[in-house]
Amino acid sequence: MTAESLVQTTFIIAALLFILALAGLSRHESARMGNLAGMVGMTLAGVATVGYALTHSQRGIPLTLVLLVVPLLIGSAIGLWLALRVQMTGMPQLIAMLHSFVGLAAVLVGFSSFLDTAASTGGSETAHLVEVGVGVLIGAYTFTGSVVAYGKLSGRLAGRPLMLPGRTWLNLGAFLASVAAIVWLVMAPHGQGLWPLGLVTLLGFALGWHMVSSIGGGDMPVVVSMLNSWSGWAAAAAGFMLGNDLLIVTGALVGSSGAILSYLMCKAMNRSFISVILGGFGEGATVSGVDRDYGEHREVSASEVAALLRDAQSVVITPGYGMAVAQAQYPVAELTRQLRARGIKVRFGIHPVAGRLPGHMNVLLAEAKVPYDIVLEMDEINDDFSDTDVVLVIGANDTVNPAALDEPDSPIAGMPVLEVWKAETVVVFKRSMNAGYAGVQNPLFFRENTVMLFGDAKDRVTDITAAL
Amino acid sequence: MLIGIPREIRPAQTRVAATPATATQLIKLGHEVVVERGAGAQAAFPDAAYEAVGASLVEADHAWRAEIVFSVDSPTDEQLGWLRPGSLLVSTLDPAAHPDLVARLAADGVTAMSLDAVPRISRAQSLDVLSSMANLAGYRAIIEAAEHFGGVFNGQVTAAGKMPPAHVFVVGAGVAGLAAIGTAGSLGAEVRAFDVRPEVAEQIESMGADFVRVDAVDSEISSDGYARGMSAEQAEVAARMYAAESARADIVVTTAQVRGKPAPLLITDEMIAAMRPGSVIVDLAASTGGNAALTRVDEIVVSDNQVTVIGISDLAARLPRQASELVGTNLVNLMKLLTPAKDGAVVIDLEDQVIRSMTVSHAGDVLWPPPPVHVSAAPAVVPRTTVVAPVEDPQVLARRKHQRTLYGGGLVLVLFALVGAVSPLPLLAHWLVLMLAVVTGFYVISNVSHALHTPLMAETNAISGIIMVGALLQVGSANWAVTVVAMAAILLASVNIAGGFIVTRKMLNMFRSGHTQEASK
Repeated sequence: MTAESLVQTTFIIAALLFILALAGLSRHESARMGNLAGMVGMTLAGVATVGYALTHSQRGIPLTLVLLVVPLLIGSAIGLWLALRVQMTGMPQLIAMLHSFVGLAAVLVGFSSFLDTAASTGGSETAHLVEVGVGVLIGAYTFTGSVVAYGKLSGRLAGRPLMLPGRTWLNLGAFLASVAAIVWLVMAPHGQGLWPLGLVTLLGFALGWHMVSSIGGGDMPVVVSMLNSWSGWAAAAAGFMLGNDLLIVTGALVGSSGAILSYLMCKAMNRSFISVILGGFGEGATVSGVDRDYGEHREVSASEVAALLRDAQSVVITPGYGMAVAQAQYPVAELTRQLRARGIKVRFGIHPVAGRLPGHMNVLLAEAKVPYDIVLEMDEINDDFSDTDVVLVIGANDTVNPAALDEPDSPIAGMPVLEVWKAETVVVFKRSMNAGYAGVQNPLFFRENTVMLFGDAKDRVTDITAAL
Repeated sequence: MLIGIPREIRPAQTRVAATPATATQLIKLGHEVVVERGAGAQAAFPDAAYEAVGASLVEADHAWRAEIVFSVDSPTDEQLGWLRPGSLLVSTLDPAAHPDLVARLAADGVTAMSLDAVPRISRAQSLDVLSSMANLAGYRAIIEAAEHFGGVFNGQVTAAGKMPPAHVFVVGAGVAGLAAIGTAGSLGAEVRAFDVRPEVAEQIESMGADFVRVDAVDSEISSDGYARGMSAEQAEVAARMYAAESARADIVVTTAQVRGKPAPLLITDEMIAAMRPGSVIVDLAASTGGNAALTRVDEIVVSDNQVTVIGISDLAARLPRQASELVGTNLVNLMKLLTPAKDGAVVIDLEDQVIRSMTVSHAGDVLWPPPPVHVSAAPAVVPRTTVVAPVEDPQVLARRKHQRTLYGGGLVLVLFALVGAVSPLPLLAHWLVLMLAVVTGFYVISNVSHALHTPLMAETNAISGIIMVGALLQVGSANWAVTVVAMAAILLASVNIAGGFIVTRKMLNMFRSGHTQEASK
């Protein structure tokens, strides 16, 4: 057995472990084992690669070791620090930031692979250059896209979509220009390819920045998982340029999983995937239905809500992004505990696109120690609303909008929503009477069985708990 | 305020405007309730049940002299005499057909609200008596048909031979039509249904029936949610369909009505003549003239070829208990609207579209007809409307989508073949690996539970840090530029690996079931 075959065998094992990791994460019971499998796989792959790199280095082994380990340690330390410090509400930002790192790393790997033509294994020069070009383009796109997504999610950039005239043509133009630049890269005489490669990088940067800028904040869950997908493809492209199957397998796993998540979410919003990534939503951004007379909404106080809850048998809480913004998950969890202690059946109804990240609400509720078996998906709970006494809508708007079902001209028409209005009483926690993310007025607020509780969700929930 | 619930005196009227349960809710709103002795007897609500919830029992004139009177049927002359000026009457007044009654109520100073004038907007659905009664009527239509149809509904294979299922054809998929579809389907019949609004096809199919498609049937959209009739050629195409479907069916249920007009004649004499002997037609539009040629209001007619035509106009009254509960709940919902403070004080807010539409007389003035309510689109489930939006046939759309998928797939294949043709051989082996991994990823991820999407993303994030492998291999290069760039890449990728795995672990540790939470305490 040669060192080479040992390394390749380790890579195969690592690839299998990564598949197990993703498979494990599909269920609560096996999720922790899945994560462990991922860690073991990564460690194996890392150790094998380090060993291989040391023996094949063109420098001395000690020097190479230092060169390897120093950035590895610094990077891991930064990663640990970020991971331990992060609040669950800051999770979307962190994940977007991590995506940008993969993107940038892919660009760097592309450049060094280009500079170090010796690294080109399988195939001719042309094929290698194409791979480098594609890898760098995807990496650059992922990098700026993730940076913009990070900015929007953390509030450093405005969440409003950027509307440049003819943006689809701009995207198409930039894409064609990138293809041309890759052709130039292949044609360029040996050793002069840096210019076209730089151009590819810049075009990738521009494309990523522009595409994500033109997507509205409401579509961020889709964007984040789309970038997740691209970061995988970037790794797969790097695998092609280095002739490394482990990179290809892992990149493709991540790439296809991200793509599926995006697709599932688009389906949940009844939107076309293409129109989301091309920034089609929010076009014209008209607020519909505001001129219409919906009647009066009724206000209620925290103590009245407490009285309602005391008499209730069954309560459903439907949280939205507002709960994350107000950091209300702990008071909500406390309220849940108190209600459950009184023998009241409390459940949560989570819309697939609630929050700014797929599964965002579940993570927040888990953080606050709400048992996951009372946190249900939309399809699981929608039929139960008619038997529910009180629904608390905390910081959700478009996901509980009846207009999606009964107003075919509404911008959100056809989107499946939580049918909270079927419950006996609906209490809506809201800061003001403004329209939701999609800019659509919500007739729910004016229904006969709806009452409004205005103010910061966290304070109000705390008030209710106190009044109980 | 004092609410009076009189006994309904028309012979066929079995319902009552409040049940003990709804009386409780009325009392909760701050009202007092008086019930005429025997009011609920026909619907199996004994007087004692009303007394038990806090309503008092009174004589007829006393109930009619209350401040608010609920009555299912419109009042007789004697009853009108008892009404006090300034009182509120809520009843089924049919103001379009009885302008004299409205004029008399206005002259008497009675505020009258008509239960059949609820506007078709979603907010008002909870007080729409027409739709709650239509639901029961649709159910009862099938039960009546079953009585007269000499066969079983469900197909059976027995030792004595095979019985085919009954074929039921329902015209009009409003509330009544959908209820009929559901009932017939649950008895095991094969149900087909037609509606001039192609967009209700989905609702029909969701009830388990087949939607009968007719080409070229579409008519103008009207702004008030009610449609006009069809053009001559549309009618002809539709007539051919009715002939074919009714000849095929054992039971036909028709529910087509056009508001303010006689019901359209859909099933002609010839069509009835062409039906199998023993078939049954239940005409829910009997009260407005009927959809079938032989329909007689409140009669059961048998044609020469033994087809039974049932024209009972008030099918809901044959389910008195549930019908009363639904009417009563509709009235409670109306009172919720009228007593916003829940203190028993009635506020008639004529600015409110729902209240304005229902009020036919107030303070001595006749307020009928109300200003038109603009419904920009047809409400989801509405009987009697025949709005047709120019919606594309879903089948055509599906076919187009299918074609697009096919062409798209073909294009991808061709592109891939081109890429493969110019790729060097070793590269193709990598392509194979890529494709297998994509497919694996697809199947592994497809059944991830929604709650785990965020940890999954963090995990894939960590895993995509595998790009470090590439950078590690490059560090040893003799070229310093390569080494430096590779080191930077290692740094970035290791942030990802460490950060991603730890964040995933952190999140997973939070997810606990109620069971483990209790165990850990």
